[in-house]
Amino acid sequence: MNPTTIKRLKRTLAYICLILASAFFIIPFVWLISTSLKPLTQIFTFPPQWIPRPFLWSNYSRAVEYIHFWTYLKNTAIITIFSTLGVIVSCPLVAYSFAKLEWRGRGILFFVTLAVMMIPGQVTMIPLFLLFTKLGWVGTSLPLIVPQFFGVPIYIFLTRQFFLGLPDALREAARLDGASEFRIYLQIMFPLAKSAILAVALFQFMASWTDFMGPLLYLTNEPSYTVSLGLQQFQSQKGSEWGLLMAVSTLMTLPIIILFFFLQKTFISGITFSGIKG
Amino acid sequence: MNNYRDLFNDPLFWKSIYNTIYFTVFFVPLSIFIGVALAMMLNMKVKGLAVFRTIFFLPTLVPQVALAVLWMWLLHPNFGLVNGMLARIGIDGPPWLGGEAWSKPSLILMSLWGIGQAVVIYLAGLGDIPDDYYEAAEIDGANWFQKTKAVTLPLLTPVIFYNLVMGMIGAFQQFTLPYTLTKGQGTPANSMTFYVMYLYENGFRYFKMGYASAMAWILFIIVMALTAIIFVTSKRWVHYQGK
Repeated sequence: MNPTTIKRLKRTLAYICLILASAFFIIPFVWLISTSLKPLTQIFTFPPQWIPRPFLWSNYSRAVEYIHFWTYLKNTAIITIFSTLGVIVSCPLVAYSFAKLEWRGRGILFFVTLAVMMIPGQVTMIPLFLLFTKLGWVGTSLPLIVPQFFGVPIYIFLTRQFFLGLPDALREAARLDGASEFRIYLQIMFPLAKSAILAVALFQFMASWTDFMGPLLYLTNEPSYTVSLGLQQFQSQKGSEWGLLMAVSTLMTLPIIILFFFLQKTFISGITFSGIKG
Repeated sequence: MNNYRDLFNDPLFWKSIYNTIYFTVFFVPLSIFIGVALAMMLNMKVKGLAVFRTIFFLPTLVPQVALAVLWMWLLHPNFGLVNGMLARIGIDGPPWLGGEAWSKPSLILMSLWGIGQAVVIYLAGLGDIPDDYYEAAEIDGANWFQKTKAVTLPLLTPVIFYNLVMGMIGAFQQFTLPYTLTKGQGTPANSMTFYVMYLYENGFRYFKMGYASAMAWILFIIVMALTAIIFVTSKRWVHYQGK
């Protein structure tokens, strides 16, 4: 065999593997949507059917009534929006000071920030829970929002790397023009770091939207539940309402996918950035 | 101290450690192997790279609770799609999540569905490797296998290292999937009682906060020790460019 044949063979092989892998990744999605449109009798057929007959759109309306979906959605949205806002306010600010300002103890504090990243969340779970109990915040969404306004180590680290890459000359020029340090940050550096900050915002959005453990711990009364907690209700009461469960799962996943489609480029460059460039 | 003594006499504590380590030992290497393989194939400058990348990435956008529910149904012993497909080629599918032997492999399979983020990171790492190295290797007459072994893998080690550490920490914190799948029960036969889940049950269902705190400390020490070991040994296998 000559080299070009071998090369072509390798490519073909790669394509076959990639397409098979794609099937593994995409089939469950199709199945999710398909099941969400099936009547219960058709869900329990063997062998499984791909196309719902008939398309049962009412699964969606029934699912939304079955649990207090709109309340849960509102709760989820509030937590997601405010915690994302918190991250945008705090993380770039802290990161900027780590990256560009000279102050005593900066090195040590940055080391502490990195060390916190290594501690599994479950270790701090109980002391935090007790703290929030003392504050009287358990049962409200505050424990899921307020901490974000104090910075999240992994995001601080990511934005710091980005600020480090911005030239100091910009700061000096602005300072000569009489701008205060805070103004330099707000009007020059923050807009320049836009893509990193957007990536961080998207990470936090996803984290809050999909979070299960946090709400499970802190949202102890039913009216404050989020959608991910609400999903469980389909299972506990008299068996599982599979079609409805799938309908709500679809409703829960769709907004993130739409968001991802629009912000894909920023999102992927953000991951690249956090991943390697140290 | 009583809490620690009780823990060491608690069979379910040991079971949860066993389950967690079982999951970590199989999931982390598998995810690295498959992740690197997929990224290397994508890096062959295939057509439709953006499409493949998006497809691999999509599952990471699905909330874990929804993911658990979805796979519960896919793996349903009687009516699930997976056994349906297996039946078509004449294989009698296992009970998956319903059986002790298959519950953890099922969980690993589900978790592998979420490796898209790692693939994207590997892909970025592969993009950082200068073409010169490959050209030099080709001049020396290296074949694909030799190039992979001498150039690609060594230069990818910093990224593999990152994913190894993150993957290990993540695997030890396994919670939402098994919790949702088993409604916190760890069924069947406690084969799905994972460490953090057991910790949660003790602290927040039985309100044994002291017991749970003891577990948290042990987890912290285990994860720290393992991270330290990976960091120390990394000097031997992680190669940074320019060194």
